[in-house]
Amino acid sequence: MTGKVRVSATINGEPADFLCEPRQSLLEVLRDELKMTGTKEGCNNGNCGACNVVFNGLLVNSCIVLAVEADGATVETIEGVMRPEGLHPLQTAFLENAALQCGICTPGFIVSAKALLEHKPKATEAEIRHWCAGNLCRCTGYDKIVRAILDAETRLEEAR
Amino acid sequence: MRAFDYAAPKSLKEAVALLDQRGDRARVLSGGTDLIVQVREKRRDLDLMVDVKRIPELLEIRYDATTGLTLGASVACNRIYEHPVVSRTYPGLVDAAFLIGGIQIQNRASLGGNLCNASPAADSIPALIVHRAVCVIAGPKGQRELPVEQFCVAPGRNALQTAELLVSFRIPSPPPRFGANYLRFIPRNEMDIAVVGCGVSLSLEDDLKTVAAARVSLGAVAPTPLLVAEAAAVLSSQPFSPEIVDKAAAAAQAAARPISDMRGTAEYRRHLVGVLTRRALLKAFERAQEVSHDR
Repeated sequence: MTGKVRVSATINGEPADFLCEPRQSLLEVLRDELKMTGTKEGCNNGNCGACNVVFNGLLVNSCIVLAVEADGATVETIEGVMRPEGLHPLQTAFLENAALQCGICTPGFIVSAKALLEHKPKATEAEIRHWCAGNLCRCTGYDKIVRAILDAETRLEEAR
Repeated sequence: MRAFDYAAPKSLKEAVALLDQRGDRARVLSGGTDLIVQVREKRRDLDLMVDVKRIPELLEIRYDATTGLTLGASVACNRIYEHPVVSRTYPGLVDAAFLIGGIQIQNRASLGGNLCNASPAADSIPALIVHRAVCVIAGPKGQRELPVEQFCVAPGRNALQTAELLVSFRIPSPPPRFGANYLRFIPRNEMDIAVVGCGVSLSLEDDLKTVAAARVSLGAVAPTPLLVAEAAAVLSSQPFSPEIVDKAAAAAQAAARPISDMRGTAEYRRHLVGVLTRRALLKAFERAQEVSHDR
């Protein structure tokens, strides 16, 4: 087998060069090589959404993307969500609506919800629930998460 | 995950050469939503992943009203339902693409990958079959074509020979007054594997009542997705009515060869085949009428 491969990507707007083995997932490289541990490992088989990142503009599960595929790609992770002036309105809305308990699913939900609201700023409750079907939470029962995303829509609208 | 090599060729020729060199130890990587999980879970052993997403033909969406649609095998589901012409012209494909996994999966998973994985329960295969899709396959001896209904040979096994890869689908332009629908039954709303899947397409005569041609295809009720010629025969040249819908559903039930497993018993699946065939026919008929009103 060939050894490590050099990969050049753009992560959260910054150039990122790293070495990785073809067998390493993007999730593994983010967490273990680049020490960006905000992205979580849940199921590691593409079901739970805890590892969600935006890859070339599209929401994906980073556990089922190979890190070598990221050569030339842009990647946005939870670390890129916060704004210079403070928390992103989605993050504030999650806190104020108590939309988390253990917190493992939260980065994935926020990255996923941010992708939704950029695509559809006035998503309805049904659209939010459909979009978030690929994000699993075992604590909240989802209601508070959905309410937080609806609240974030209002906050983002007001800020516009 | 066990170590393997990775290559991302930029041309079909290069990809075929790589597959030829490594033989059965190589596997094509498209969206990776099945393959990466299979390798990680040691359900598949390989030495080389050939990432085909840098080959233009695999990512192409080209539509022409006379020749129809060329759909690259690696085009992700989201590009199908977001495409203004494709989403209007091939409603069965859109139904399937929009219910495979969640958004995260739809942004990576392709119909080519879904077909090559050859699961009996694959959602896109009955939809491809009712739209009369044909596989374009490249290999060391050149290109060949194969109708989708002949592509799967057993659960998880397809008709590709060593060093061959699926390049694209050639899908004819639908006839006038055409409608299609794909439905699956799962015990929840999203993110599950079909207990039964059913694709239907039909086109109508000028009177908007008589069925000109139809196709019915079933998933998850046999080792491979089925094209049910008997159900199409029942519908063909008949005025669309509750009676022939029932007859077509009965023909589909007779063709199903389901097994019992954790998702449902054979008896339950056979019942669902009847329900879904009826519903999909009604929806396809409604769509065929809508399309003609639009024009």
